[in-house]
Amino acid sequence: MSAFRGLVRKETLHLLRDRQTLAILFLLPVVSVLLFGFAVRTDVRAIPIVVVAPAPDAATRALVARIAESEQFRLRGTRHSEETLDDAFQAGTVRQAIVLPADTEQRMARGERLVVGLVTDASDPNTGRVMEGYAGALLRRWHAERSGQAPAGGVTLLTRMRFNPTLESVNLFVPGLIALILTIVAAMMTAISITREKERGTMELLLVSPLRPSAVVLGKVAPYVVLGMANMVTVLLAARVVFGVPMRGHPLVLLGASLLYVVASLGLGILISTRAETERTAIMAALAGLLLPTLMLSGFIFPLDAMPRPLWVISHLIPARWFLTIVRGVMVKGAGLVDLWRELAILAAMSVALLGVGIRRLAIRLP
Amino acid sequence: MKIRTIGALMRKEVLQVFRDPPTLVQVLAIPLIQLVVLANAATFDTGATRLLVRDDDRTTASAAMVAELVGSGEFTVVGTAIAPERIEAVLRRREAAAVLHIPDGFEAALARGERSAVQLQINAEEGAVAGLIQQAAQAIVERQGGMPSMLEVRQQGWFNPTRRYKDWMVPGILVSLTTIIGLLLTAQSITREKELGTLEQLNVTPVTKGEFITAKLLPFWMIAMGIFTVGLTVAKLVFAIPTVGAVPIVFLAAMVYLTVALGIGLLISTVTQTQQQAMFVAFFVLLIFLLMSGLFTPLEAMPDWAQAVAHANPVMHFVGLMRAVLVRGAGLAEVGPTIVGLGIAGAAVLGLAVVQTRKTLE
Amino acid sequence: MTAPAIKATNLTRRFGDFVAVDAITLTVARGEVFGFLGANGAGKTTAIRMLIGLLAPSAGEATVAGADVRTDPAGVRRRIGYMSQRFSLYDDLTVRENVELYGTIYGLTRVEIRTRMDELLARIGLTESRDTLVRQLPLGWKQELALMVALLHRPEVVFLDEPTGGVDPITRRRFWELIYATAAEGTTVLVTTHYLDEAEYCDRLSIMVDGRIAAMGTPAEVRSQVGVATLDEVFLTLTRAAVAP
Repeated sequence: MSAFRGLVRKETLHLLRDRQTLAILFLLPVVSVLLFGFAVRTDVRAIPIVVVAPAPDAATRALVARIAESEQFRLRGTRHSEETLDDAFQAGTVRQAIVLPADTEQRMARGERLVVGLVTDASDPNTGRVMEGYAGALLRRWHAERSGQAPAGGVTLLTRMRFNPTLESVNLFVPGLIALILTIVAAMMTAISITREKERGTMELLLVSPLRPSAVVLGKVAPYVVLGMANMVTVLLAARVVFGVPMRGHPLVLLGASLLYVVASLGLGILISTRAETERTAIMAALAGLLLPTLMLSGFIFPLDAMPRPLWVISHLIPARWFLTIVRGVMVKGAGLVDLWRELAILAAMSVALLGVGIRRLAIRLP
Repeated sequence: MKIRTIGALMRKEVLQVFRDPPTLVQVLAIPLIQLVVLANAATFDTGATRLLVRDDDRTTASAAMVAELVGSGEFTVVGTAIAPERIEAVLRRREAAAVLHIPDGFEAALARGERSAVQLQINAEEGAVAGLIQQAAQAIVERQGGMPSMLEVRQQGWFNPTRRYKDWMVPGILVSLTTIIGLLLTAQSITREKELGTLEQLNVTPVTKGEFITAKLLPFWMIAMGIFTVGLTVAKLVFAIPTVGAVPIVFLAAMVYLTVALGIGLLISTVTQTQQQAMFVAFFVLLIFLLMSGLFTPLEAMPDWAQAVAHANPVMHFVGLMRAVLVRGAGLAEVGPTIVGLGIAGAAVLGLAVVQTRKTLE
Repeated sequence: MTAPAIKATNLTRRFGDFVAVDAITLTVARGEVFGFLGANGAGKTTAIRMLIGLLAPSAGEATVAGADVRTDPAGVRRRIGYMSQRFSLYDDLTVRENVELYGTIYGLTRVEIRTRMDELLARIGLTESRDTLVRQLPLGWKQELALMVALLHRPEVVFLDEPTGGVDPITRRRFWELIYATAAEGTTVLVTTHYLDEAEYCDRLSIMVDGRIAAMGTPAEVRSQVGVATLDEVFLTLTRAAVAP
C-alpha cells in the first residue's frame, strides 16, 4: 500500500514541479470560460441593416430612429437606391435591407396600402429566419405608430422561456465547456503521458517494482483525476462569479457526475495509450476519439434531437452526452437525483467499464 | 537560405510522416470523418416541435389555429390535456418541447374584433432552438384574425436559395478540419525533436533558423492543402455544396491562410518544452479560435469588444472568406484585402517563430 | 606556430548561484587527440556545449578553429563535428538517409557524400546496414553511425561526448582506430570518456573537478603531477580531494 502511495506521490510531484505545464493547465481553462462566456452567444443581435429610401421623409426618419434604438439592429446608413446593395451583401457588411417606396409618408397619411421590401441575407437560413422575424415585427410597430392604425383584434403570442428565461447562451455553454476541459485534461493528458513513458522506455522501471500493473496504472493517472476535478471547480467558480451561471440543483450531484465523467475519460485515455506507440499517434487518436466526438455529438452546440438517426444512435455511446444532460439538468433546470438517475446510472456503468477494460488491457500489454 | 538544405530537411520530414502508418491514416481519416459527421450533425433543425396543447376554448377558431400550426409542418401535437402544475415537469422531462395554452373566450374575442392572447411555454435549454420555435409559432399565431393590415412586407432572401443549413456550414467545417490537423501536426513537430534530442544535433550544424522553420512548415503546408482539396472535392461531390463564386480564389486564400495557421502551430512548438505542453496549448488555442470564429455561432451576437478581438483570429477571416465566396459569390475585389491581411499575418507569425527558435541557450 | 584548434580562456558558466564551469583555460593544438575527463557532474558537458556554440558563456572567451564562440557561432558550426552523449540522430530514418541528410546540410555534393559514406561505412563495418532503419540497430552500431556523421564532412575539430559508453570492447577498439586515423589526417579531436585506459591513448588530457581543471598535460605529465602510478589513481585522488573538505 505504501508502494502505491509512493507512486502517486512521485507522479504528483512530477506534475507539480512542471510549473509551466501547471500554469497552462489552470490558466487556459479559466481564460476559455471567461472568453466564451462573454463572447459566444447564439442570440441574434446587432444585425447590420440599411434603409433604402429614394425620397426620405418623416416616415423614413421615424423608421431610422426606431432602428437606431433597437438592440437587435445596427444601422449601417441609408441609401437612395438598391444599386450597391449587391456588393455590400456579398462582402457581408450588410445583412438586411428595408426598401421603402417613394411615397411612404403620403400613403400612410391617406390610409392606403403600403408595400415595403425586406431583403435578408439567407446564407445562414436559421439566422435568416430570425432576422426576418425581428425586422417584420419592427416594421409592424413602426407602421402602427406612424399610420395611427393600431391593428384591432388579432392574436398576440405570449412566450415564456422556461429554465433559461434570458436565453443566456453562457448557461448552455458552460456545461459543455466543463466537459471539454475534463476531456482534455483527464483523457488526453493521460493518454499522452502513458504513451510517453512507453516511448521512452521508462515504464519498464515501474513494472519491475513490487506493484501490480493495474496499481501502477492507477497510480499514474491519479494526479490527473485530481487535476481534472480542480479544473472543473475553478471553471465553475469563474462561471458563477463572473456570469452568474445558475446552480439550481445540488452541487454534490454535479461533483459526483464530474467524477464519474473524469473516470470514464481516463478509461478512454488509457485505452488509447494501449494502442498508440508514439505520442504523436496518441494525440491524434485522442483528438479523433475524444475531443471531436465530444464537440460534435454530445449536444454541446448542436441539439441532439436535430441529428440524423444514425448519428443520434452513436451519440448514446459518448460519455459526454450523458454528462452534459446531467450537468445542464442540475445547473439550469434544478433537476435532482430523481430526475437524472437514468443518466447517472449509464454514466457510472460507462466509467466502470471503460476504466476496467482500459486498465486490464494496459496491464496485459506492458510486460 | 540554402535550397538544398531545406530540401534535405523536408525530405526527412516527409519520410518520417510516411513511415508512421498510424499518423498517416489519422491525417487522412480524421478530417474526412469530421467532415461527414459534422456536416450531418451540425444543424438546429429538430424537426416538428412536440407540442402539448391546452385548449380551454374548444371552438372552431382555436382548433383551426392548432390545425394551422400542425399543417405548417413545424409542430406536432403530442397531447391535449395538462394540469398547470404539471407543465414544468413535462418540460423538464422533455415529454414535450413546448406547451400552448389557448384561454377560454378566444373565438369570442376574435369575433368582437378585440385583441386576445395565447401563451406558449418553451423549454429554453437550447436557446437557439427555443428562439426558432418562438419565431415559427409567432408567424402563424399572429396571422389569426384581425383586420387585414395596411402593411405588406415583401420578403426576399438573398443567397442560399435552397436554404440548406449544410450549404452554410460545410465551407466553415472545411476550414475547421484543415486547421485542426495542420495546427496539431506543426505544434508537436519541433517539440518532438526537442524531447528526442535530435534538435540538439541540428543546432550544432550550419542550418539556419530560417531554413529550419521553412523546412518545418512546407511539408505540413502541403499535407494540409491536400486535405483541403480532398475535403472540398468531397463536399462538392457528396454533399453537393454550391460553389457560387470562383473556386480558385478559395484555393489561393487557403494557401495563404495555412501559413498563418501552421505558423501558429510552429510558434507553439518553439515555446513549449514537452509535447504534452504543446498539445495542451494547441488544443486550447484551437478551441478558442474555432468557437470565436463565427463558425458555430454568429459573430454579430458577440459584444463589440469580442468582435474586435475576433479580428485577430485568422480562422474568423478565412471562414468569412469561404462563406463570402462559396455561398454569396463574392469576388477578388471583396475578399482581396482579407487575403492580403492573412498574408501579412503569416509573415509576422513565421518571423516570430524564427526569432523564437534558439540555437544557443543563454 | 600554427593557431590552436581550441583555445579557451577563463571560460565560465553560471546557472543562478551554481557555477558549473569555473574559469577554465585550455589550449588544444591541431591534430591532437585531447582527452577531456572528469566525474559525472564535474562540468564536462557544459564546457563542451559552450565550445560548440550551444550554450552562451557567462564569462571568459573561447575560439574553436579560429572562430569566436560568442561572436561567430555560425563559423564555429561550419567547422566542427559533434557526437552527443545521448543518441541524437533520427531513428525512423535509415543509415543512408541520416548520412545523406547531414551530408547535404554540411554542403557536400552527392558524389562526395556517397564516396565518404562508402569509406566510413567500410571502416566501421556497417556497409550491410546501409538501408536499415536506425531504430533497428543495436546500440553500439548506433554510436558508430553518430561518430560517422560527426566525421562526415571532415571538420577541423570534432567533439565526442562519451562516444564509447555502453559499447563492446571490439567496437571500442574500432572507434579509437578511427579516431586516430582522423587525427592523423589533421582533425583535432576532443573526447570525453569514463574509460581511463582510453585516456592513455590521448595525446594530452585534462581532468575537471567541480568545474575547474585540476590537472592537465600528457598522461605521463599528469601522472607525475599528482604523484601516482596510474591514471586511475590520478582520477581517484583528485576527485576524492574534492569530496573531502
